Amino acid sequence: MTPLEVAGLSVRRADGRDLVRDLSFSLAPGERLGLIGESGSGKSLTALAVMGLLPAGMTAHGSVLLDGTQMVGTPDRKLNRVRGRAAAVVFQEPLTALDPLMRVGRQLAWPIRRRRGLRGAALRAAVQDALAEVRLPERVAAAYPHEISGGQRQRAAIAMALACEPAVLIADEPTTALDVTVQSEVLALLDGLVAGRGMALLFITHDLAVVADVADRVVVLKDGSMVESGRTRDIVREPRHAYTRSLVDSAWALEGELDRLAP
Amino acid sequence: MRGRLTFTAGCVLVAAVLLVAAVSLVWLPYDPSDTTGGRLAPPGGEHLLGTDKLGRDLLTQLMVGARIALTVGIGSVLVGGLIGVTAGLLAGFATRWLDDVLSAALDIVIAFPTLLLAMLVVAAREASLGSAVLAIGLAMSGVVARLTRVLVKQVLTQDYITASRTSGTSWPRVVAEHVLPNIAPTLLVNLALQLGLAVLAEAALSYLGLGPPPPNASWGRLLQEAQATVLTAPTGAIAPGVLLVVLVVGVNLVADGLRDLADPTRRRSR
Repeated sequence: MTPLEVAGLSVRRADGRDLVRDLSFSLAPGERLGLIGESGSGKSLTALAVMGLLPAGMTAHGSVLLDGTQMVGTPDRKLNRVRGRAAAVVFQEPLTALDPLMRVGRQLAWPIRRRRGLRGAALRAAVQDALAEVRLPERVAAAYPHEISGGQRQRAAIAMALACEPAVLIADEPTTALDVTVQSEVLALLDGLVAGRGMALLFITHDLAVVADVADRVVVLKDGSMVESGRTRDIVREPRHAYTRSLVDSAWALEGELDRLAP
Repeated sequence: MRGRLTFTAGCVLVAAVLLVAAVSLVWLPYDPSDTTGGRLAPPGGEHLLGTDKLGRDLLTQLMVGARIALTVGIGSVLVGGLIGVTAGLLAGFATRWLDDVLSAALDIVIAFPTLLLAMLVVAAREASLGSAVLAIGLAMSGVVARLTRVLVKQVLTQDYITASRTSGTSWPRVVAEHVLPNIAPTLLVNLALQLGLAVLAEAALSYLGLGPPPPNASWGRLLQEAQATVLTAPTGAIAPGVLLVVLVVGVNLVADGLRDLADPTRRRSR
């Protein structure tokens, strides 16, 4: 079964304006798709619509099949069974995506307990394993989110998403809020973990270089509509739409600056 | 350090009143209705703080009053907190339409004068400890509910709620695990402040004769009874006044300290 199949998805605001318009894409098992666009292009709303978690006042139209379940218009209680196991999300800002008043270990324990039914010592051991997998030291389990660094927080958030053992991992700008050096570490970690589990990855970003690094295919969004899609290599080499071309050009321009300064 | 100091001071003040109330349960210097002490005896001698105009021992009355102040204060915070938090949670989660209706209802409750509400409750039931608790609790619930509603709405917009929801957590569990703990620090501080206000409200009701009737020696009623003789026997008015201030200031200081204790981000930064 296709892990994720989006067809004609629109996200409508209460005043009738469409923030995402007629978007279609699909993810095969183990495939990595990049969703790229500037801020306000509807990338994050697409992710929330896929999970059936649009903010109040917004409605989804069209079809989102997540592991065979229709996420548009289905009662919330039914969707809870799909969320987590069919798809999990890593958010952009790890500080706000973790409950500030709950120790990291406890936040991590809940999805593991829910997914695998573990309790007590077995659960604690599983939490430690999950932390080790994202290369976090044991003591992080007893720490509050504000006591660890930004990179560590994002690793913890990744561990929480992976603990659900989802078929699709949705990463919504997971490296944007991080320092550049930490960024590549987290990206490499995500890359390895997704590959190791054969998960499909929906990677949302505004950064073409990051997409080129992780995604096989790319969907380019502008003002809520898809302007172009295709294999990452083709899009970078021969962008057809003017917006894509400007994305590619500006990425190269930055690269060029580095080349110019290189000895 | 400053926070810790005020918190300790608050605890000492509240503990002192608690101790007096606890002792009053097992031991009193005189029987509360013993009028053999002579009218308006000055402090010292047989009666440490003197007697009132009916010849009753003032210290005895004050000790019983501590019990009543705490009972009404804690009782009405329980009543007001339970009603208020429940209504606030409902309004915080409600759809636009229901939220508007609930908010309007809360505004009416808040605008309703506490004394008028107390009179209505007393008229419907009778002047008793229970009526005072109910009246003050009801009046308090509006404020608590409005605060809870705002706090819930604020927490619900946070990413960690969405993050928790994306892993398939049900709403009741989100409320228990994330919403309640995150609104608790602010809510607890407010409830502690409300406790102080409730103690003052009880004194006011008793002063007006709407509180628990005699022989319940409420501080408010002691103040009212001492009013006529305040020039000749000032202790009768000063003593309950001082105790009232001690308890309310103590409760407010504790409220301040609670805020720091309940929030780990503040706890460490001190």
